[in-house]
Amino acid sequence: MNDPTPSIAAPLSSEGAAVSVRDVVRHFGRFAALRGITADFAPGRLYVLLGENGAGKSTLLRVIAGLLAPSRGSVRVLGSSDIRSVATRFGYMGHAPLLYDEMSAVENLAYFAALYGITDRARCEDAIRTVGLDPSLERRVGQYSQGMRQRISLARAIVHGPELLFLDEPFSNVDVRSAKQMTSLLARMRDQGTTIFVVTHQAAIMEPVADECVVLDAGRLVAREKGIPPRLLTPYLAEERAALRTNMEGA
Amino acid sequence: MTSPTLWAITRRSLVKDLRLEWRSKDAINSMLFFALLVVVIFSFGFDPTAEESRKIAGGLLWVAILFATVVALNQTWTRELRNQVLDAYRLSPAPPQALFLSKTIGNFLFVSILEVLMVPLFVVFYNLRSVGPVWQLLVVALLATWALVVNGTFFAALSIRTRSREIMLPLILFPISIPALLAMVDATTSILTGDNSPIFWIRLLAVYDLVFTTVSLILFEPVLNAE
Amino acid sequence: MKILFNVLAVFTLLLLGYGFCQAMYIAPTEATMGDVQRIFYYHLPSAWVAFLLFFVNFLASCWYLTRRSPGADALALASAEVGVSFCTIVLITGPIWARPIWGIWWTWDARLTSTLVLWLIYVSYLVLRHYATGGQVPVLAAALGIFGFVDVPIVYMAIRWFRTQHPQPVIGGGQGTGLDHTMWVAVLWNLAAFAMLALMFVLIRYRQALDEHALEEAHAQASLDYETEGAQ
Repeated sequence: MNDPTPSIAAPLSSEGAAVSVRDVVRHFGRFAALRGITADFAPGRLYVLLGENGAGKSTLLRVIAGLLAPSRGSVRVLGSSDIRSVATRFGYMGHAPLLYDEMSAVENLAYFAALYGITDRARCEDAIRTVGLDPSLERRVGQYSQGMRQRISLARAIVHGPELLFLDEPFSNVDVRSAKQMTSLLARMRDQGTTIFVVTHQAAIMEPVADECVVLDAGRLVAREKGIPPRLLTPYLAEERAALRTNMEGA
Repeated sequence: MTSPTLWAITRRSLVKDLRLEWRSKDAINSMLFFALLVVVIFSFGFDPTAEESRKIAGGLLWVAILFATVVALNQTWTRELRNQVLDAYRLSPAPPQALFLSKTIGNFLFVSILEVLMVPLFVVFYNLRSVGPVWQLLVVALLATWALVVNGTFFAALSIRTRSREIMLPLILFPISIPALLAMVDATTSILTGDNSPIFWIRLLAVYDLVFTTVSLILFEPVLNAE
Repeated sequence: MKILFNVLAVFTLLLLGYGFCQAMYIAPTEATMGDVQRIFYYHLPSAWVAFLLFFVNFLASCWYLTRRSPGADALALASAEVGVSFCTIVLITGPIWARPIWGIWWTWDARLTSTLVLWLIYVSYLVLRHYATGGQVPVLAAALGIFGFVDVPIVYMAIRWFRTQHPQPVIGGGQGTGLDHTMWVAVLWNLAAFAMLALMFVLIRYRQALDEHALEEAHAQASLDYETEGAQ
């Protein structure tokens, strides 16, 4: 319990960006979810992706994580354009829990850790303790509260000690106390060198720990700012979107 | 962190599936009840006491198993879609073929259990006894079951990406399975009646299994990642 | 391109006309079957063309899975559709011929049965294409196309053996036996004509499928451009 954070793999190669995205477009049929996104993300920082529903935040995350192929453009993750070759080095927490309801937390983690070649049960228990839960809990995940399930989901994403972490709406239906615990854990991991991307519409929760926020609107990247400025903490308003667009054009 | 091997992951996934099935009993219950219904309805449709019925018992048995298999196959991937767990597998470095193999072996076990329960019913209802050696029937059953589940598991994975997937599966599975069905029915009838040698059919089933296991393993990755 | 296509169309029509003359007037009337045997000049070429198209579908499917080119997918779709059409002709002309000759519409004859199974496989391919949604259709279809083609030799083996095990009423002479020289000439002319006809259909459907693809792309591009303007 002294050092509950999972060990972090060797720091990133000096090649630069942890994630680099070039002209990424993604269509669903005729609907364009991403309309040409280009950005580089330096390693060791905590990024918060903001934007309205349908702005393309989750889609961008799924494209970077290799779950969706981009219709056009290219993605490099940890210096590689082949996501499978770096699969052991990143973790992803989906909007859905990505857990089996009929198994307990440890059973779930043991299975997913095995997919990464980890057969050491102690590491699974450590990951569960890291997110503030008791690994000896026998209950099946289906009977957990939403907040507990989200935390187990986070444990699943970090059980193999990734140096890059993607979180899609980690705080949906999570109580404030759990959310605080999760953010301080993320901050600790960031301090140890992990690059973290968090998609959320609850900017206020991430505000104390965010290094940079990335604002998406209608499939475009419209702003990148240090921390999370106060005007982005309140729910998004139309005038602010317009203001942001003017900023972008000025830049 | 050692790179996970194909067989290790297959075993882990299979154990996980069996554990989940043991706890939820999603597939096996509906499959067993469906099979029982089919046997009873067939007994009404084809008078079991008639002498001719016994000649077609092999056909009836396999058609009943085929229908029940479809019920089980449709459940195969639903569990992976709930909570989008399939994404977690796709993100991991584990080989996609291991997932396919574990699902196929799992279905093979389910359908085998089904056969063990269904065959006695047929024997009783249709008053069957085998003229040929029983071990041949066992060989036919093993090869035939694999033939049904290997393609079935693949096509079930294929149809999770389609509209109305429950109906899609039989539509694409049955045409391709016709030669295997022909082989299993004729082999079974040959052994039961002792009229013909089942050797050609057993060979054909073996070839079918080998060919389609290979093709499935090669084509599973693009299908899994088609999104 | 347009001109070439028109030349091709005229050429195909001429071939079809000449093939028709060959089949209806030049080839001698078959001694025992009479005029109804002439349907054979359409039956056999349709079958060969259908099989050829299914092979093309297989090649296009493999090509798509390795290269992901929209052209390969368009070709796979076009060849399957036209192949199923020609296969349907085979299945319709077969019974028309069988009824007066054998006295029955349908018989589980090895060739007829294999063709029926083949037809079922490729119809299921088209059904899948219809029901699958979104951008993954080509991948799923290509996988099924490969499965279907790999199944063909197994179907043939199974059904040949199935027929030898289940003797049927003796039917004098198979379709391909004892063909007169002039009959072969008629077969070959019609084969050439049907092959050209199939090529034309495949070309048309291929162009259409590619156009549809381009249209989707254009719509997608338009939705991109539209928002750009809206943002300014």
